[in-house]
Amino acid sequence: MKAGAVITEPGSSEKKHTGSWRTFRPVIDPKKCTACTICWMYCPEPAIIKGKPHSVDYRYCKGCGICARECPVKAITMVREAPCEKTP
Amino acid sequence: MSVVSDIELVAPGHGACAGCGCILTMRHIMKALGKDVVISMATGCMEVSTSPYPYTSWRVPWVHAAFENAAAVASGVARALKVLGKSNVKSVAIAGDGGTADIGLQALSGAVERGENILYICYDNEAYMNTGIQRSGVTPFGAWTTTTPIGKVTRGSDRPKKDLPAIMLAHGIPYVATASVAYIPDLIKKVQKAAAINGPTYIHVHTSCVPGWRIESDMAIEIPRLAVLTGAWVLYEVENGNLNVTFKPKRRPISDYLKTQGRFRHLTEQEIAEIQRRVDEQCKKFGID
Amino acid sequence: MRKLLDGNEAAALAAKLARVKVIPAYPITPQTTVVEHLADFVANGELDAEFMKVESEHSAMSACIGAAATGARSFTATSSQGLMLMSEMLFVAAGLRLPIVMTNANRSLSAPLSIWCDQQDSMAVRDSGWVQLYCENNQEIMDTTLQAFRIAEETLLPVMVCYDGYILSHTAEPVEVPDQNEVDGFIPPYKYPYPLNPENPVTIGAVGVPDYYMEFRYMLQKAMRASQKEIVNVGKDFKKKFGRGYGLVERYHSDDAKILLLTIGSLSSSAKDIVDRYRKRGEKIGLVRVRSFRPFPVGELIDAIGHAKAVAVIEKDVSLGSAGGLFLDAAASFINVKPKPLMLNFICGLAGRDVSPLQIREAVREAAKAAENGKVKHAVRWLGLREKLVGLEK
Repeated sequence: MKAGAVITEPGSSEKKHTGSWRTFRPVIDPKKCTACTICWMYCPEPAIIKGKPHSVDYRYCKGCGICARECPVKAITMVREAPCEKTP
Repeated sequence: MSVVSDIELVAPGHGACAGCGCILTMRHIMKALGKDVVISMATGCMEVSTSPYPYTSWRVPWVHAAFENAAAVASGVARALKVLGKSNVKSVAIAGDGGTADIGLQALSGAVERGENILYICYDNEAYMNTGIQRSGVTPFGAWTTTTPIGKVTRGSDRPKKDLPAIMLAHGIPYVATASVAYIPDLIKKVQKAAAINGPTYIHVHTSCVPGWRIESDMAIEIPRLAVLTGAWVLYEVENGNLNVTFKPKRRPISDYLKTQGRFRHLTEQEIAEIQRRVDEQCKKFGID
Repeated sequence: MRKLLDGNEAAALAAKLARVKVIPAYPITPQTTVVEHLADFVANGELDAEFMKVESEHSAMSACIGAAATGARSFTATSSQGLMLMSEMLFVAAGLRLPIVMTNANRSLSAPLSIWCDQQDSMAVRDSGWVQLYCENNQEIMDTTLQAFRIAEETLLPVMVCYDGYILSHTAEPVEVPDQNEVDGFIPPYKYPYPLNPENPVTIGAVGVPDYYMEFRYMLQKAMRASQKEIVNVGKDFKKKFGRGYGLVERYHSDDAKILLLTIGSLSSSAKDIVDRYRKRGEKIGLVRVRSFRPFPVGELIDAIGHAKAVAVIEKDVSLGSAGGLFLDAAASFINVKPKPLMLNFICGLAGRDVSPLQIREAVREAAKAAENGKVKHAVRWLGLREKLVGLEK
C-alpha cells in the first residue's frame, strides 16, 4: 500500500472481468462481417478484437448492444445470456 | 478509419455503465493524445468509474484532486512539467459538464486567462450524472432531471444551455472546438490539433448517458448523432478567432432527436416547436440551413 | 548576514533560499507581501520559479497539488478566509501525502469580518493532516520555514508554518539570514516517490473504497505521530549547521516552577517577559511554548508541565462550543496521567486585541489561586474582554 493511495500498476482494472454484467451477448456472424472496424471503434470497454472477422472479448463485454446497432451490414445479433423463467 | 490509433490507454474492467458515451470519449481522447500526457481529472463519472483503489483503468499518469479544480491542478502540473524541462509531455484537464460549467468555471476561467499551457476537455452529458442525474448549467431546455422533474407546477428545465464554448472564446484563447462522441475522427483531429498548441485550448464534447437521458444502451451513439443531424449540437472549431463549422448537416426536425429520449418524453407539441425555434436560431448563427 | 526583516519578508526569503519552483500565489491581508516579495524575486531573475497568479486560494492549493505530484517543489502563503477557502484542498493534500510547504499569517475568522491577528484560522484546520509549526519571532519564521521543506519531503506530509499576522508579519526584527550555499547544504533537491511521468504512469487520487480507506487513514495518522522524530532531528541538524536549535516545545524557566504558562505563537515573548518579572521578585513561575501543534507533542508536554500544580493555557483562539484548541489537546494529553496539573484556559487577543501584561498577570493569579485551593472554579476564562458590553459587570 503506497502512501497517499497511489496506484502504481497502470491498467490494473483489467483484472475485473465486467463480462459478468451482461444480460445479452453480441454474436458476430463471420460470414457477414466485413472487418470494417466500426464496432471496434464504438465499443466503450473496449471489448471488440480486430480481425477477419472481428470477435468479442467476452471477459469485458457488458452487452450494451452498440456494436449490433452500429454495424453497417447487420452482422451482429444480441442473444440472451440465459433463458428466463416465467414466474407462474 | 486509419486516423484511429490502435493504442488502448484506458483499460477495460472499468465501472462505466453499459453503453456509456463518456468512457468511449475517454478511450478516443487518449488514442488521440498518446502516452506523453498527464491527465488531471475532476470528480465525476469518469473519475469514479476508472479509479476504485486498487484498480485503475489509466495507462497514463493521472491525478484526481477534487471536483471544481481540474483546471487549477492541470495548471500546476503544466508549470511543473515546464520546470522539469518535459516539453514533450502535455498537461490535459478532463471534467464533466458539472465540473466545468458550474463549480469548475472559476478555475477554468482563471487557468485560460493566465494562458496556461493546458488542453481542457469537457465531456458534456448535460447533467450531474454521477450523483444521479441533477441539472447543471448546461442541461438543455425542457429536459427532465431529478432537480427539474415533471410536476404539476413546473415541467423540466426552463433554462437554456449555458454556452461554454462562447465563454471560452470570450477569453481570447487560441483554440476552441465542439465535438461529439458520435463523430470520432472529427473528435480525434480536434484533440490532436488542440494538444499541439502551446497555450490554453478547449474542447467541449457532447457525450451520451444511458440512465441520464433515459435511453436504451444500444442507442448511445445513434442519439448524439441525431443531436448533430438535427442541429441541436453544432460541430465547429475556432482557431485564433476564425470560425470553421466542421460539419453542416442537412437538418432533420428536432423531434427526431427529442423523441428518442425518455428525458424529453413529456414535451408537448408547443414545447417541441419552441425548441425547434431555438435550434433554428442557433443554426442560422453557424450558417447551417 | 543579519538583516532587518518583517515576518512576511522572512517567509518569502526562506522560500527563495529553499529554491521553490512553483509558487501559486493569491493575495490576502496580512500575508500579501509574502507573494509580492516572491513576485519581485522572480521578476528580477533572483528566483528561478513559475509564479502563478491564481484566481483564488482554492486554486492555489490545487495548483500546489498538481505541481508537487508532478515533481516540483511548491509553495504558497495564505491567511484566514483564504485558508478557509482552500480547506477542502488542505485535507486532499495531506491525504495524497504531498510534501507542500505553506506559510500562514495567523488572522481572525469572519464573521464578523476581521483582518487582525488571532490563531482561529490555523486552529480551525488542525484536523487536516498538515504538520503545524508555530513561530514566536521572525528569526523562527525564517528558520522554521527552511526546516519545513526537509520535514515535508522526509515525512511526505504537508507543513504549515504559522506566525501571528501584523504582530510578526508586519513588524521588523533583526534576522540572521543564511547564505544560499549554506541552505543548499541543508535542503536536498526535491523528492517525491511517485511523480506523474509517462515513463512510469501512476494513478494519484484513487477512490478510497471501504475496504482500504481506513488503512490509508491509519498510515497518515502514523506518519503524523512519527513526524515528531523528524521535526526534532531536523531541528538538531539545523542547530549544527546554523547554530539555532528548535524542537517540539520550548521550556523557559519551567523545570522548577509549580505555576506554569502554556503558550503558542508570538504571545510567548510577552509572557516570557512576565515570567522574568516574577522571577526577579523571587516568584517561581515558568513558561512552556508549544512549537509543534500538529503533531501534538503529548510525551514532551507531559514531561515539560506534568510536575506543575497549575497551568494557565493562554491562547488566541476558541473552538466554539468547547474551549481553546491548545487547552483541549493539552488537557487530553493528561487524561490517563496521575498526578496531573490543574489546567485553566484563557482566551485572549482575538482579532488583534492587545494582550497586556495585566492580562497575563491575571492568568498567573488565577492559576496560583487554583493551585492553592486545589481546584479550578471556571476552566475557561476570557482575558481583556469588555465585560460591560456583554452584560458582565465586575
